Amino acid sequence: MIKQDENISGICTPAIGEAGKTGDWSDVKPAIDHSKCTPAVKGKAACFLCWLYCPEGVVHMTIPVQIDLDYCKGCGICAEECPPNAITMVRKEDMNE
Amino acid sequence: MSEIRIITGNEAAALAVTLCEPKVVAAYPITPQTKISELLSMYVETGTLKAEYVRVESEHSALTVLISASTVGARVFTATSSNGLLYMHEQLHWAAGSRLPIVMCCVNRGVGAPWSIFNDQQDSMSQRDTGWIQLYCRDNQEIIDTVIQAYRIAEQVYIPTMVCYDGFVLSHTMMPVEIPEAAQVKNFLPPYRPHTFLDPERPRTINPVFFPWRRENAEGVLCDGYMEMRYKLQRDFDTSLEVIEDVNVQYTDLFGRNYGGLIWEYQTGDADIFVTGMGSIAQEATLAVDALREEGIKIGVVGIRSFRPFPKEKLIHAFSRARIIIVFQKAISYGNEGGLSTEVKAALYGSGIDAPVHDYIAGLGGRDVKTRELIAAIRDTLERSGGGDCKNKTTWLNCHRG
Ligand code: SF4
Ligand code: SF4
Repeated sequence: MIKQDENISGICTPAIGEAGKTGDWSDVKPAIDHSKCTPAVKGKAACFLCWLYCPEGVVHMTIPVQIDLDYCKGCGICAEECPPNAITMVRKEDMNE
Repeated sequence: MSEIRIITGNEAAALAVTLCEPKVVAAYPITPQTKISELLSMYVETGTLKAEYVRVESEHSALTVLISASTVGARVFTATSSNGLLYMHEQLHWAAGSRLPIVMCCVNRGVGAPWSIFNDQQDSMSQRDTGWIQLYCRDNQEIIDTVIQAYRIAEQVYIPTMVCYDGFVLSHTMMPVEIPEAAQVKNFLPPYRPHTFLDPERPRTINPVFFPWRRENAEGVLCDGYMEMRYKLQRDFDTSLEVIEDVNVQYTDLFGRNYGGLIWEYQTGDADIFVTGMGSIAQEATLAVDALREEGIKIGVVGIRSFRPFPKEKLIHAFSRARIIIVFQKAISYGNEGGLSTEVKAALYGSGIDAPVHDYIAGLGGRDVKTRELIAAIRDTLERSGGGDCKNKTTWLNCHRG
C-alpha cells in the first residue's frame, strides 16, 4: 500500500527530483563521443565545461564524463558549449541505450 | 487580583502580546498602529518581554521575518494598518498557505489613495480571501482578551489570525481595562507546538512546487497536490468555527468575560428588527437601540466578531425572527455594495429568512458616525420598509452626493 503524506503544509524530505524523474520532459538527450571528449582523450581531469554549464547539475566530473539522463532536461547547452563538439543531441526514440 | 488600568487600545494590544510571550516581534511603524510596535520594542529593551525585536524596512519584510520564525517554532507577533497591510498581501497568503499560527493586530485605517490616516475597515476587509481568521473588537477590554484568545485559536487550527480594531476610535481612546494575570494566561495558553518540527538532523524542503495532481515523492510517499492543500485549509476553517466558540467558553470560565465567540447579541430577545456590523460601529449601534427601544421599537444588535470564518449558521439562528436587517459597515466592495451586506445576504440564502437586508456605508476615512445619526438612519429604513422600497439599495451615511 502506498504511504499517504498527511502534511497540512507543503513540507517534504529533500531528495533528488522531488517532482519525480524530470528527465521525461525532454525530447532530445545528449550523447557523448568519448573519442573526442578531452578528459577521455587525455586520460585526466580537464575541460568539464559541460559540467560547468549544465543548468541541472546532472553532469558528473568523471573520466569518462557521465550524464544522469533521468534528470537531464535536454536543453542542449552542454552540446553548444563543448569545444571539440563531442556532444550531439539525439532524439530519445533514436537512442540506443 | 488582576489589575484595572486606564489605557488605549494599542496599549491593551501590547500588554496582551507581552502576556502571551512571543519569541519574535517584527513590525514596521504605520499610523495608527505605531504605538504597539513602540511599546513592544520598549518592553524588549527593558527586558519585560523576552523576545527578539527585528527592525525591518517594510511590512512585507515584517511578515516574512515572522513566517521564518514561526516555521522554526517561535510564537510571533506583528501589527499594521491600511497600506501597510496591503503591502503584506503576498505574505498573508504565504503565511496561511504554510499554516503558520501568526497573530497580527490590524488597527483599521482607510486605504490610500487619497491618503487617509483615519479609521475605516477597508484594509482588513479587502484581505478577506488571504486565508486568515479575522476577529473584530468592540472596545479595549475586548482587544486585550481577543489577542490572548487569538493565539489559542491560531495555534489549535494552524491558521494565522488577525485581530482587527478601529484606528483612533479604539487605538487612541483610553478606557478602563482589566489586565489578565500572567499566571492565568499561561494556564490558558499552552506553549506553541509547530505542526512540523524542523531539525538539522532531518532536513526538510518547505513549500516546493506543487503539481495539479497528487503524486508519489522520491520516497514513494503519496503527496497531495495543490488543490488538496487548499481543501485542507478550508476544511480547517470549518473546524475553526467550533474552536473560536470553545476558546471563548474556556476564556469566560477562566477570566469571567464573554464575547459570544463568533457573534454577540444585544437586546435581541424579542427583536424583529436587527442592526448588524463589526467593531466599534456595532457597539455604537447598541446606544441607538437603547434610544429606539424607549419608543417601543423591538430592535436589537447582532455584532459580527468573526468575519472569517463567517458564522453562517449562527447568523441564521440569530436572525430567525428578523423582519428587517440593517447592516452598517465601514468598507465598500466597489461595483457592488458593502461587503458585509453581501456576506449576510449569502448566509441567509435558502434559510427561509427573507427579511430585506439594508446596506449602509458609513464612516469611511474617519467620517464620524454618531449615535443620533444611526438612529436617524434606522428610522429612515423603517419608514422605507413600510413602503416596500428597500431591497438592493445602498445608502451612504453622512455623505454629500450632490
Ligand atoms: S542537455 Fe542540458 S540538462 Fe542535459 S546534460 Fe546537457 S546541459 Fe545538462
Ligand atoms: S565539454 Fe565536451 S570535451 Fe569538455 S568535458 Fe564536456 S563533453 Fe568532454
